Amino acid sequence: METFIGKSIKRREDDRFLKGAGRYTDDIKLKGMTHSAFVRSPYAHANIISIDVSEAQNMEGVVAVFTGNDACGAFGVPCGWQVDFKNGETMREPLHPLLAKDVIRHVGEAVAIVIAETQELARDAAELVKVKYKGLPAVTDPKKAMEAGAPKVHDQWPDNAAFDWCIGNDRAAVEAALANAHHVTEMEYKNHRVAPNAIEPRSYIASYDVNVDKYTLYTSTQNPHLIRLLLCAFALGIPEHKVRIVSYDVGGGFGSKIYHYTEEALLTWASKEIGRPIKWTSDRSEAFLTDAHGRDHVVHSKMGFDKEGKIVAHLTDEYCALGAYLSTFAPAVPTYLHGTLFQGVYTTPLIHLNVVAPFTHTVAVDAYRGAGRPEATYLLERMLSKAAKEMNMDPAELRFKNFIPPFDGVTQPGFQTQVALQYDSGNYEGVLKRGLEMLGYEDFRKEQAEARKNGKLLGVGISTYIEGCGIAPSAVVGALGARAGLYEVGHVRVQPTGKVSVFTGAHSHGQGHETVFAQFVADKLGIAMDDVDIVHGDTDQVAFGMGTYGSRSLSVGGSAIIKSIDKILEKGAKIAAHKLEAAEEDLVYAEGKWTVKGTDKSISFGDVSLTAYVPHDYPEGLEPGLDFSSFYDPSNFTYPFGTHIAVVEVCADTGKVTLQRFVACDDVGNVMNPMIVDGQIHGGVVQGVGQALLEEVVYDDEGQMITGSYMDYAMPRADDIPMIETDRTVTPCPHNPLGVKGAGEAGAIGSTPAVVNAVVDALAHLGVTDIQMPVTPQRVWKAMQN
Amino acid sequence: MIPAKFDYIKASSVQEAIGLLDEHGFDAKIVSGGHSLIPAMKLRLSRPEVLIDISGISGMNTITEEGNEIVIGASCTHADIVKSDLVNAKLNMLAQTAKCIGDIQVRNRGTIGGSLAHADPSADYPATVLACDATIVVEGKEGSRSIAATDFFLGIFTTALAEDELITAIRFPKVTTGNYQKFFQSASRFAVVGVAVVKEGDAVKVGVTGVSDTPYRATAVENAYAAEGSKAAEHATDGVEVMSDHFADEEYRTHLAKVFVKKALEA
Repeated sequence: METFIGKSIKRREDDRFLKGAGRYTDDIKLKGMTHSAFVRSPYAHANIISIDVSEAQNMEGVVAVFTGNDACGAFGVPCGWQVDFKNGETMREPLHPLLAKDVIRHVGEAVAIVIAETQELARDAAELVKVKYKGLPAVTDPKKAMEAGAPKVHDQWPDNAAFDWCIGNDRAAVEAALANAHHVTEMEYKNHRVAPNAIEPRSYIASYDVNVDKYTLYTSTQNPHLIRLLLCAFALGIPEHKVRIVSYDVGGGFGSKIYHYTEEALLTWASKEIGRPIKWTSDRSEAFLTDAHGRDHVVHSKMGFDKEGKIVAHLTDEYCALGAYLSTFAPAVPTYLHGTLFQGVYTTPLIHLNVVAPFTHTVAVDAYRGAGRPEATYLLERMLSKAAKEMNMDPAELRFKNFIPPFDGVTQPGFQTQVALQYDSGNYEGVLKRGLEMLGYEDFRKEQAEARKNGKLLGVGISTYIEGCGIAPSAVVGALGARAGLYEVGHVRVQPTGKVSVFTGAHSHGQGHETVFAQFVADKLGIAMDDVDIVHGDTDQVAFGMGTYGSRSLSVGGSAIIKSIDKILEKGAKIAAHKLEAAEEDLVYAEGKWTVKGTDKSISFGDVSLTAYVPHDYPEGLEPGLDFSSFYDPSNFTYPFGTHIAVVEVCADTGKVTLQRFVACDDVGNVMNPMIVDGQIHGGVVQGVGQALLEEVVYDDEGQMITGSYMDYAMPRADDIPMIETDRTVTPCPHNPLGVKGAGEAGAIGSTPAVVNAVVDALAHLGVTDIQMPVTPQRVWKAMQN
Repeated sequence: MIPAKFDYIKASSVQEAIGLLDEHGFDAKIVSGGHSLIPAMKLRLSRPEVLIDISGISGMNTITEEGNEIVIGASCTHADIVKSDLVNAKLNMLAQTAKCIGDIQVRNRGTIGGSLAHADPSADYPATVLACDATIVVEGKEGSRSIAATDFFLGIFTTALAEDELITAIRFPKVTTGNYQKFFQSASRFAVVGVAVVKEGDAVKVGVTGVSDTPYRATAVENAYAAEGSKAAEHATDGVEVMSDHFADEEYRTHLAKVFVKKALEA
């Protein structure tokens, strides 16, 4: 019998994607549908003096124009996570209005929506809306936002802070250990702001059916049920059972499509006002200006070592930008998704992180592939490599000295960190050993020394990361300020003919759930993959769900499905026992049938399914049907880890960095589909390399974004990236049924510091100790001159 | 990303296009490949009322040999130039230049005439037409005239083309001793610095793009070359106001200009 787990099955969904037959939101056309365009602020900070919509309203083909002065002006979108001040003061949480009313707080903030018969007319009419602004000074840098006299983002909070938070050991104890350390490595830098750049821009269609009093919102989201909850319970106050969220195919998100955006709520509200469906699809310029960004931490860090090179203490202070308003998960990103990873893969006994998170006159910062963990990894891995250089040690050797020893989480307990988490299982030295072997590390060092004699600048950079995935035990995240549970729902419906429909609350935005989920469902039931359909992205079909982010789909969503499969097999065994006239405990289930042990008497899954729905000859007292839904709330996060190694050559004349090799040895637990895991690693690595070398959102002093198009925002392209060399070790997750840990973000977490470490390594002999990311040719050349 | 409303007219002859230009004046724009104009229109930074499409005019996309010259029709795409045997044999540096532009899709649509008329200060061709001492052939209602490359570029997005004129061809002397060297801007892949050098015995002609708001002949380098050789590259930006942006400030761009002039001189 053919099995599927662990095989590189080609993605079933790709056929429609490659034929241009995907069902993205913008592909949908509803009867009577109108189109909309937004009037957006060209100022980062301004008072709105007046808005004149008369000319736009009177234009032929315009259906309606709404501003913050209309009824929608009272509504705002909520934040889903509360992080309070360390002194107990409650997080400062401004209203995030659907349309700005009096004050503009970032470039691109919406002032009015114009609804018209065609997209062209909506755009033309939007230009006729006359807004008078009084420009005000703006602040976009998180550290500057906290300086005395900085422009205020929200007048009621003069110091701009949303919260001031810390985690880890007592600060005084950490400072004392640093004072007594043999060596202290120190760094100050900015983990700069990047834009997510999903290939499909955000797109929404809202429609209201007066006959059944029901709204439908088609949306490009990563989590339909979460959007419904936030939209109904918080943004508009409409009954949840009167709203259907549909999200068929979604073209990438990288986190940016988790959040409930103002446009979703505004279109939903307006669709009832005008009694017609309304579509809005962001263009690329709007995407740069309004999709939540990632990173933007200003960091000051100190790490102390003893004379053997063992880390004795780590103290970091950060200023982390949140943007003008709090996006859905924003407060969690620089805190609980970041500080909790400060243990890294090392035995550091004393850790303290303080985070001051101010509002800034920018679009929001929220989770972007990795969400807080890339920032933590960048810090630890740059610090380790910098320290190794300063202590005249090899960077690999320094890491080996500090690793947490291997533990499987079954016979050996999990590892309790200084920063609130318990790691599940790990073998950190294993991935570094394998990574070094894949690279041929010692040979490379010889090649590097030889090259240097000829003036050729080669460098190697190591990064040994860990991350927390599979978010998350609801009770844990609840204690950390989450305003939602983070379980997942898996519903398995066996049809009378033995075909299986699986309804999952996880929601693919390109990952390949339709393939991977079908692989393990088919294996567990002993049926063909073709007999399994995966349904997601429709709140009227899927009972509930929390969606896809934090590399959680398989570990949390997959586990929920497994729970339902277990219930199916348990009930199926009762039916089989009845039909076979045997005791349940005498049956074994394998290859799609129940067999009486030691006999050739068996009954197939299909026959049991049919019996469940045609229960003529049926166990007494047993309900008909074979249909189970389960909620799975994980008992812990999962902790993938790995080693990424980059080799670069720096052009001495221009400072241009060429990535020559990239080696990734990751441990994501058990692997369902190696090809898809490789693809996730490849994509993540490229995004991480993009941040290291190319990508950067730049706001000028007035708060204007000067990198708002692909002419100025440098994305990595195929010819920037060498063939990525991947391998894996396998340390199963001990606490979920598939033993999986998650692979969606690992590439973006491990790769960035590997690249920058390599660039600094290439220039170390010139006295270069750090270069601000992205390490552009200009920055590298200037570093070489000093 | 939807342009403001405009009319579109497909011209079937140069005369018709000129007549339309004359008729609509400042409200009209010539379009061929559209790879500079259409993006600007989509952002509504440019909003012509009439687009006159010259891409269908026959005879404007030929590459021919006329005596000592290679004549490139203005509607030739970058890909036409890259693939041309004639260009590769007798004006190799132009193929080298065209190959640096954009990506395959851009090269299949964008045209040499469009690029030159647009006069983006970071475009590639200007360096090469300057170094080759090419002639830009234009036609307007007063008839045809030829403009020396050195007289053609007047400033950022500004050329010597009159309002009713369009470029019909570019005449290059045959050059087999030249090369083009470019440092790519990492986002747009336009030239941060682009340098074309033509060697004629002991003399050189050096065209530079990307460095200043107007492409220029690096005459200081040309004058010093006989005495200093490739060290003359140190004069790459003498007397030039060097641009500064997010990717390359004045100091770095000046340095790159010297590096790439040297590279082109030594190639």
